[in-house]
Amino acid sequence: MESSVSIKNLSLDFGSVKVLQSLDLEVARGEFIVLLGPSGCGKSTLLNCIAGLLDVTEGQIFIGGKNVTWAEPKDRGIGMVFQSYALYPQMTVERNLSFGLRVAGMPKAEIEQRVNRAAEILQIQPLLARKPANLSGGQRQRVAIGRALVRDVDVFLFDEPLSNLDAKLRSDLRVEIKRLHHRLKNTMIYVTHDQIEALTLADRIAIMKNGEIQQLADPHTIYNRPVNLYVAGFIGSPSMNFLEGTLNAANQTFVADDGTVVPIATYQFATPVSGSTKAVLGVRPEHIVIGEEAKSKPFNQEVEIEIVEPMGSDTLAWTKIAGKAVTFRCDSDVVITTGQKILVGFDPARGSLFNAETTNRI
Amino acid sequence: MGHLSMADATLSAQSKPEHATRPSFLRNLLLKNLSAKIAALPMIVTVLVVFVGCSAWSVYYSFTNSGQLPSGKFVGFAQYERLFHTARFIGAAKNLAMYGVMALVFTMVIGFLLAVLMDQKIRFENTFRTILLYPFALSFIVTGLVWQWIMNPNYGIEKVLHDWGFTNLHFDLLNNGNTVIYGLVIAGLWQGTGFVMVLMLAGLRGVDEEIWKAARVDGIPTWRTYLQIVLPMMRGVIVTTLVIVGSGIVRLYDLVVALTQGGPGFASDVPAKYVYDYMFGRANLGQGLAASTVMLVTVAIILIPWAYLEFGPKKNK
Amino acid sequence: MAVDTLEPRGMRPRPFFTPRKIIIYSLLFFVSVYYLFPMYVMIVTSLKDLDEVRGGNIFALPVRFTFDPWFKAWNSACTGLYCEGLKVGFFNSVKITVPSVIVSVLIASINGYALVNWRFKGSEVFFVILLFGSFIPYQVMLYPMVIILRELKMFSTLQGVILIHTIFGMPILTLLFRNYFASLPPELFKAARVDGAGFWRIFFQIMVPMSLPIFVVAMILQITGIWNDFLFGVIYAGNQNYPMTVQLNNIVNSTQGVKEYNVNMAATILTGLVPLAVYFISGKWFVRGIAAGAVKG
Ligand SMILES: Nc1ncnc2c1ncn2[C@@H]1O[C@H](COP(=O)(O)OP(=O)(O)OP(=O)(O)O)[C@@H](O)[C@H]1O
Ligand SMILES: [Mg+2]
Repeated sequence: MESSVSIKNLSLDFGSVKVLQSLDLEVARGEFIVLLGPSGCGKSTLLNCIAGLLDVTEGQIFIGGKNVTWAEPKDRGIGMVFQSYALYPQMTVERNLSFGLRVAGMPKAEIEQRVNRAAEILQIQPLLARKPANLSGGQRQRVAIGRALVRDVDVFLFDEPLSNLDAKLRSDLRVEIKRLHHRLKNTMIYVTHDQIEALTLADRIAIMKNGEIQQLADPHTIYNRPVNLYVAGFIGSPSMNFLEGTLNAANQTFVADDGTVVPIATYQFATPVSGSTKAVLGVRPEHIVIGEEAKSKPFNQEVEIEIVEPMGSDTLAWTKIAGKAVTFRCDSDVVITTGQKILVGFDPARGSLFNAETTNRI
Repeated sequence: MGHLSMADATLSAQSKPEHATRPSFLRNLLLKNLSAKIAALPMIVTVLVVFVGCSAWSVYYSFTNSGQLPSGKFVGFAQYERLFHTARFIGAAKNLAMYGVMALVFTMVIGFLLAVLMDQKIRFENTFRTILLYPFALSFIVTGLVWQWIMNPNYGIEKVLHDWGFTNLHFDLLNNGNTVIYGLVIAGLWQGTGFVMVLMLAGLRGVDEEIWKAARVDGIPTWRTYLQIVLPMMRGVIVTTLVIVGSGIVRLYDLVVALTQGGPGFASDVPAKYVYDYMFGRANLGQGLAASTVMLVTVAIILIPWAYLEFGPKKNK
Repeated sequence: MAVDTLEPRGMRPRPFFTPRKIIIYSLLFFVSVYYLFPMYVMIVTSLKDLDEVRGGNIFALPVRFTFDPWFKAWNSACTGLYCEGLKVGFFNSVKITVPSVIVSVLIASINGYALVNWRFKGSEVFFVILLFGSFIPYQVMLYPMVIILRELKMFSTLQGVILIHTIFGMPILTLLFRNYFASLPPELFKAARVDGAGFWRIFFQIMVPMSLPIFVVAMILQITGIWNDFLFGVIYAGNQNYPMTVQLNNIVNSTQGVKEYNVNMAATILTGLVPLAVYFISGKWFVRGIAAGAVKG
């Protein structure tokens, strides 16, 4: 697999604040990578380093096999799309797209050809003569993408391109970005703090926290086999239920702090375990089943429903297992009411076990 | 702010449940928010008596032949005819125009360039800003007197140049009717460019940082980014600065009094000084008022297009 | 993909002297020299005796260092008939500036508050006229104001000139306060109103304590503005109340006698001292003030 962007041992400090710490990242040609993490974790900083807008403190960056650590942004073979669109407000859409090329002294004919191609791909031909002020948010973001497109580069960088749009437009444009990726097959690195965007768009997701990548994997793995408690809690909405207790490797059980026993014979361990360890068992709300179905699960228990939240497509219910508040999701057709006693159950094979001390997956 | 007056309306409606008849409507108009109206009285009086009243008075009496006192009889445009046939006033207007064009162009250009300079992530930015701005804290009188001394033909820079052997170089601008305006401009620039710089710098800093990033990714050289992207984005700041600097220029008075007293001869006279001299020195009120009305009209000519652009029929921002 | 250890790695090398930096800092240096040298010339001239001023060049440091010009400027410099020095003007300026600043800031803040929170029919119209009024050349209103002050028996008095400063400072200050009060959350005002607090109580107990920054900015603007005023002082204050700027101009530009350049420069610095002190002490606030005052609407 050919590497398109490769980051080796990257660190960046703002004075005494260490924002990125010895970070490594390999992105394959044509891959769609999403950087996901809470606000202030250094996603934009990492993207700006790749773009060359920030000077790194330590480490190297390769793009297309070339060491670009010290190269100017324009020489790196990247295009970038910003959250605020950053269109040049006094220029028409056409000028916005072509300005960089004109400054670079490209022949008129080629500029025109590139602008037309970008406009065609993004379907903004009718807007070419307008000024950004006369465009809607979605149209502006398309123009911003177009400005990266005309540069005819291998790597696209997106910094939260959709977060200034309303929910409807956001999901429309999300699909379009995906379509664009299928058509162009460029490498794309995309920053967001919206996990739906991350899960739907990414080939691989890098979950970041405090300037470090916690886990880099495809969305399915991230969702089902989070490497640590942080990733497990960060991904998924509502978030994963956690039970604290002790893992007994010998008799293959997890004993919650209040004594509830969960048999975990079906669980696939990431690392061999022995003896007993303090552990946290995580189960996603959608992996908890009710009624007849629950009977067949390795763990089941009758519980009382505390709160019911109908969400339209499905229903969220709150209850307690092993003394802990637990949510589960069931079909909206199933009638459940507050105070009702109901049998719930789950298969630990679909859950996650974490070491309580290291917070890493067991 | 519509919701605020809404709140006012509902609140006062609660306190007056009975149906509003005509007298109570009148009472309402007068007494509603009475303390607010009393508090705003100084503003209302200022607006009506000073800004509207006094201006109207001056314009009216500029059409009379008032001398020492504003009595006189109506003489139509006679004062204006005389004004525009008075060499001193024509000269003063020309001087002001010369000074105005130069001062406006140079303060704007230099102010912008200084702002760009200060925007280069320099060390000691605060120190440099303090240095560039301190003259603005000084009065025009102080500014004028310092520069009068620096440009003193006997002991100022002129003498230094000669002492150093540059006998054919001259810096005695104030002594020569043809150059005295440049002396005024130099002093005016020293006083005012720092202020323009600060405004322009605020404008530069107001530009979205992502615009700069986008331009860098596009490979646009810094100077082109300033000139073709950032400068057009600062339209608002530039227009505001132009209006402030422009209306300051029309009022130009203190600096002239301190630096040149209008001399040599009337070579650096300005309309504001003409007005003052005729009103308070020569007891020719009609002339003074006519000249001041001309100043008013000049400001209006500067202001009206601007007001139209800013507050007129809204086009898309 | 060879990873060469000699390849670019880590921080981009930044030589201490790049052509760009050299150009920027030398420009800054020359600009600073231009802005500083009048101040320098003022100071050195004021510390020389008259012979040295006449004989030497204006850039030279004083050889026979003397403070006499300063004492003379303060105590005994002549303005036309009187030879009582600038101190008279200084105290006049204090007597004009202090009450003018207090009154004008107070009135303008109440205006701003009424305009934002107690709008009444026509309040916006008055405000717009007020703003445009700030662009009317003073010369247009000078004479009618003389008549009005005469009628009020305030012409050539301290009260008269204080009134003038309050009037002509009103537009910009009112704008400043109006914009500031409009940026405060309206809920504060509404809640107080619902609690039954009236106009004055809300103003003094809620708005004023929340608005100290803008009061500081307004004070800076007014102190420097009024201290530096010349025109109003010369017309409305009367001989016995001439502010420092007027006296300074009379001292320096009076035609009789020998020109004492060193005394003149000492007097000039003395006059500039108060606004300069305000400027240096307030630092960023001053910048905020003029930027806020300038960016209208
Ligand atoms: N110029 C700077 N100087 C000092 N600290 C900075 C600077 N720029 C960013 N930081 C800090 O670096 C950290 C990472 O910032 P960054 O913008 O990369 O976060 P982010 O993950 O993009 O967050 P968001 O989702 O809010 O955009 C933050 O803690 C921020 O405070
Ligand atoms: Mg960010």
